[in-house]
Amino acid sequence: MTARVATITSGKGGVGKTTATANLGVALASSGFRVVCIDGDIGLRNLDVVMGLENRIVYDLVDIIEGRCKLRQALIKDKRLSDLHLIPAAQTRDKTAVSPQDMIRVVKDLKSDFDWVLIDSPAGIERGFRNAVAPADLVLIVTNPEVSAVRDADRIIGLVEAEEKGPPKLIVNRVKPEMVKRGDMLSTGDILDVLAIELIGVVPEDEVVTVATNQGSPAALDPRSRAGKAFREIARRMNGEDVPFESLESKDGFFGRISRMVRPGGA
Amino acid sequence: MNSGLAVKGVGESLLIHVPAGPWDEVLASLLQTVVDGGEFFHGAKLGLQLEDRELGAADLGRLRDQLAERGVNLWAVLATAPGTRSAAADLGLALDLGRPSQRAMQPDEPIETELPGDAAVLVRRTLRSGHHVHFAGHVVVLGDVNPGAEIIAGGDVIVWGRLRGVVHAGAGGDQDSVVCALDLAPTQLRIAGQIAVSPERRGAAQPEMARLRDGQLVAEKWIDEHRR
Repeated sequence: MTARVATITSGKGGVGKTTATANLGVALASSGFRVVCIDGDIGLRNLDVVMGLENRIVYDLVDIIEGRCKLRQALIKDKRLSDLHLIPAAQTRDKTAVSPQDMIRVVKDLKSDFDWVLIDSPAGIERGFRNAVAPADLVLIVTNPEVSAVRDADRIIGLVEAEEKGPPKLIVNRVKPEMVKRGDMLSTGDILDVLAIELIGVVPEDEVVTVATNQGSPAALDPRSRAGKAFREIARRMNGEDVPFESLESKDGFFGRISRMVRPGGA
Repeated sequence: MNSGLAVKGVGESLLIHVPAGPWDEVLASLLQTVVDGGEFFHGAKLGLQLEDRELGAADLGRLRDQLAERGVNLWAVLATAPGTRSAAADLGLALDLGRPSQRAMQPDEPIETELPGDAAVLVRRTLRSGHHVHFAGHVVVLGDVNPGAEIIAGGDVIVWGRLRGVVHAGAGGDQDSVVCALDLAPTQLRIAGQIAVSPERRGAAQPEMARLRDGQLVAEKWIDEHRR
């Protein structure tokens, strides 16, 4: 078995990359896939906190790369899902401790034991981003319905295209349907109009996510969470399932309209 | 003295021929070549002709990082040594330069026309935030120009798509330069020495052309009067 490698990135900070990584990891693992999440944010690790595994860390990514431990020793098993694992980032180092080929090598060693390798990229377009994207088969861009986040996503898409990673896919996070309806927030259609890449998910703003993040128990575990449901649907789309987009914004088939506007490749 | 190595443009990439000799020395002159080249190499897709030199993944990886620190993207390694080839493949490097762009016209092929014309560059993709095109002649874009992208042209700029980035036509001072787009809504529009920002859009987008009229920047609908 060979894992597929998905990198979750955004350019701008604070749009929900880490939350998305944790939730997609949970969603994939609860449908029976063997998943490992790698925190690529060396020096500012927090995927472990969001996943609620902070107190189990002994070794980290930099320990693997610098040969202080075996790959297996740094793999932390999730406390709820036996198929979910985490490789935490080092907290005491910075991005220069890791190079793109270090990441490629670590991921290559993981591939035979997992179905999915998810990499949480740091914000920015520098070394940390390049490290996170280097081993990716699939790049997921997370953005918010804000002009600045969309602008950064556009920049990142340009960089991912230059790496010839194939067309990235878009997750629009923290959508507030009521605000979109009033015309006070960019709609998914407005965002796709600029970015012109394939949409893989729309995640509504959901207080459950905030609570869940603080408690280290991702929202995808909560069957009643709307955001959790959106992440579970993205996980299914990642595995090639055709899951129709539910209309978040109105009842007149809004997503029917935008799905026609999606142009693959963004060329 | 002359540390420069032979550099050749192949399609969209630059190919450097790496000579035989001790790796440390060759590496130093390679890096020096890149530094001396400055802007020429910046952001380039670089290929290295290594022939039968044996290089491990560690050496190649270090080389890639050192090039990356100098703003150069090591793209491909042309090698005959099997060890070098597999190390390059492990690092995700290409083993050939790929076929050259089919759109690239052979430079020695004369343009067959009786009409006078100027040099232009055709950009057949969407320009995203952070992309920029600087060209002394005209620039034609088949795609959108997104906010955060920049086009600076000595002549005209024509965008078959939405123009939302920054555009400067007649950057050398040519007052007759124009900017045309199917949807003309640039962040900032400059023609020669004049600067304007787009007014709020009223109604649906339609093709427009911006030009200087009596020293003022004006945008006009693309209607019959222009078709001549």
